[in-house]
Amino acid sequence: MILRDIAHVRTGDKGNTAQIAVFARSPEAYPLLVRAITAGRIAAHLPALPIDSITCYELPGLCALNFVIEGALAGGVTRSLALDPHGKTLGAQLLDLPIEEPAQ
Amino acid sequence: MTTRPIRIGAGAGFSGDRIEPATALLEHAGLDYLAFECLAERTIGLAQAARQLDPDGGYDPLLEARMRAALPLASRGDVRLISNMGAANPLAAARATTRIARELGLSGYRTAAVVGDDVLDLIMARPYPLIDREGTSCDLGSAVVSANAYMGVGGIVDALALGADCVLTGRVCDPALFLAPLVHAFGWSLDDWDRLGQGTMVGHLLECAGQLCGGYFADPGVKDVPDLARLGFPFAEVDQDGGATFAKLEGAGGLLTEATCKEQLLYEILDPAAYLQADVVADFTGARIAPLGPDRVRVEGARGRPCPGSLKVSICYEDGFSGEGQISYAGPGAAERGRLALDIVRERLRMDGTDTSAMQFDLIGVDSVDRRSDDSSTAPREVRVRVAGRSATLGGAERIGAEVEALYTNGPMGGGGVTRSARKVLAVASTLIERQLVRPQVIMEVA
Repeated sequence: MILRDIAHVRTGDKGNTAQIAVFARSPEAYPLLVRAITAGRIAAHLPALPIDSITCYELPGLCALNFVIEGALAGGVTRSLALDPHGKTLGAQLLDLPIEEPAQ
Repeated sequence: MTTRPIRIGAGAGFSGDRIEPATALLEHAGLDYLAFECLAERTIGLAQAARQLDPDGGYDPLLEARMRAALPLASRGDVRLISNMGAANPLAAARATTRIARELGLSGYRTAAVVGDDVLDLIMARPYPLIDREGTSCDLGSAVVSANAYMGVGGIVDALALGADCVLTGRVCDPALFLAPLVHAFGWSLDDWDRLGQGTMVGHLLECAGQLCGGYFADPGVKDVPDLARLGFPFAEVDQDGGATFAKLEGAGGLLTEATCKEQLLYEILDPAAYLQADVVADFTGARIAPLGPDRVRVEGARGRPCPGSLKVSICYEDGFSGEGQISYAGPGAAERGRLALDIVRERLRMDGTDTSAMQFDLIGVDSVDRRSDDSSTAPREVRVRVAGRSATLGGAERIGAEVEALYTNGPMGGGGVTRSARKVLAVASTLIERQLVRPQVIMEVA
């Protein structure tokens, strides 16, 4: 199973900070999401992404996690030379993160 | 003041947005207000540069087309328009709109310009520390092109109270374009923090227009969106306590669901408990999102805390030049030839002393946006070489594309489709300014 099977994502940017919101497809999937998607796993899955820090905000009412990744955008959209200076493709790159199926 | 629900539509989510979905809302949504969000962070710097060339310029380049399409319908349907299309010159934008209204025979049409966001003189008069980086506003010196404070609802509310049919601003917080008519219509107090928080959530959900209706959402087979080609824009019916029902027009493409609302709610949000605005610090953590029917969703439960004592200021400044070149390779060995091409360009630039350490050497199709671990297990059928870099001079920036173009006859086999560009870089820095130094003013133009 991969993240795409249990969640959808939306990516945004603010200055040099990338923001990836991850939404459980069902309330049942939310606890699985909280366990599976950590700052460490994001960093390991995207090793070529420069990261100063990752903060995770939990939103149980929305069954969502909001990851704020500082330092990820080469100085931000107005200075970056990157092909995707907003980092808008980052969230989609998380979708193949392997998820361990819960024991029955 | 009213107690009946207010209907607000989203007419644009960025400066180049599509016009037809906005006119559809004006015709069929029974709106009270339509707000167009058209001002990205850097846009105002580009607009300021345009104003320096033409004192009557410096507003949104699509204003003319939008107003010609919107004014007759808005006037007929009694829909008041609000937009930040004023960019670097709200007064010129209001005059242009008034001229268009006259040409359309809309005698008496009132367009207000909200000014006061331009704080260039203030931030250059003494050093304001920059946010997110070293230095002060004064360190940027003569490179500074524009400095604009993110104003709140004040000027727009004043303009509506003066009877404006259309309100044009420069820099205001994006959600304020939607919060302002709620404050005006319901007579909300500017220290009614929870209602301001709720109204900010309404504005945040609407400000990207099509994104609430399934734009930026489709993932075929997993998240399908019907009829994206005819994607509609959303509108909200807002109660006097700030609770809102979001919907799209029947027959418009897209979909408006719990999932599209959730994605938009957190879009570009850092701490969801502290969304900093000029008017309020909004807290979305208690938001409740409930589907009411097809393409109808109820959203409520946002809260608010007192607004910060300072306002954010965006400073646009000239930051040298950037240049770029691209070339494609295909067939067996495409990636290897692309890598060879990158090495050649890097070495040629170094040979005459160019520092290539901060430059970008991408193989599009392999590693240009992908940040996962290196996966060379599959050989791509085609790749596109991309070299991008900065330079203090235009000539230095042009050199980058020239070296990519030279790969035609001086590089690997089979390169094709060169594109190259060089441009001035307009960068953005931010600072904070004391709230009391920024005073919105309203200037009314009548057709």
